[in-house]
Amino acid sequence: MELLGLYNYWIVVVLMMAGFYTVIAFDNLVKKIVGLTIFQTSVFIFYISMAKVSGGTAPILTGEPEVFSNPLPHVLILTAIVVGISTTALGLALIVRIREAYGTIEEDEIQAQDDQQ
Amino acid sequence: MLSGIYSLLSAGLFVTLDAVDVAFTEAAVGGGISTVLLLGTLALTGEDSKPRRERWRIALPVVLITGGALIYGTLDMPRYGDPNAPIHQHVVPRYIQDSGQETGLPNIVTSVLASYRGYDTMGEVTVIFTAGIGVMVLLGAATRRRRRPAPAEPEPLEPETIEPETAGPELTPELAPELAKEDRA
Repeated sequence: MELLGLYNYWIVVVLMMAGFYTVIAFDNLVKKIVGLTIFQTSVFIFYISMAKVSGGTAPILTGEPEVFSNPLPHVLILTAIVVGISTTALGLALIVRIREAYGTIEEDEIQAQDDQQ
Repeated sequence: MLSGIYSLLSAGLFVTLDAVDVAFTEAAVGGGISTVLLLGTLALTGEDSKPRRERWRIALPVVLITGGALIYGTLDMPRYGDPNAPIHQHVVPRYIQDSGQETGLPNIVTSVLASYRGYDTMGEVTVIFTAGIGVMVLLGAATRRRRRPAPAEPEPLEPETIEPETAGPELTPELAPELAKEDRA
């Protein structure tokens, strides 16, 4: 079955949609951040699974001729993980600040308070 | 806790996909730092989430349609582990062949990250620096606001609570039990 070779992308799509659903369906801001993190991880898995070569090993030169997995997506995702954690930290700090200002982290309550003013 | 386990699982997945460097980073950053950050935020904001209707009526169709479109898009993608995929044909063979001699590093990921794409990594450091400043500004403002009302609140209470004490005999440790008796009487 030729189509079964695409299963890595399907796992990625399922994970990504789980994160996407969490972002749009919940009002709690912390849950939204968790959904974004899941979404991010699915993109990481997408890149890393594209880099995989069957029969290949980790891209570390040993002097013997070997088949390596593609190192470039690994580099990209290394950078993306670190950038992702800094954006997550910024988002969580914003949530703490919103909680200070509004006393709630539920999006609809924040909206209601904004409408009153 | 679940997010920590999730990060560790994805780190294990990266190991099986031959991306050991990524797995290290994910285990340290995702499993460590992000779990601590998330727990800290939960401690600061309170972990009770109001049980309310989810917006699944809108969210579920959107998610299903998007997912369906994405899966339709994958049908043209190269198969998993295919060595002839376009991603493996260009640029990368040169790195694999020459990076060992050019940089002297056995790990190709390290040589690309630190040597060939050093500017990229410098930009990444700038991003982290900016995010750090942002977090400090946000949380610094939050704690300053929390500190400011703290001394302001007890002041209006002081005249009522202190006046009876200053009007009576001086409060010393010896007199305190007697005062307590008088209060009871």
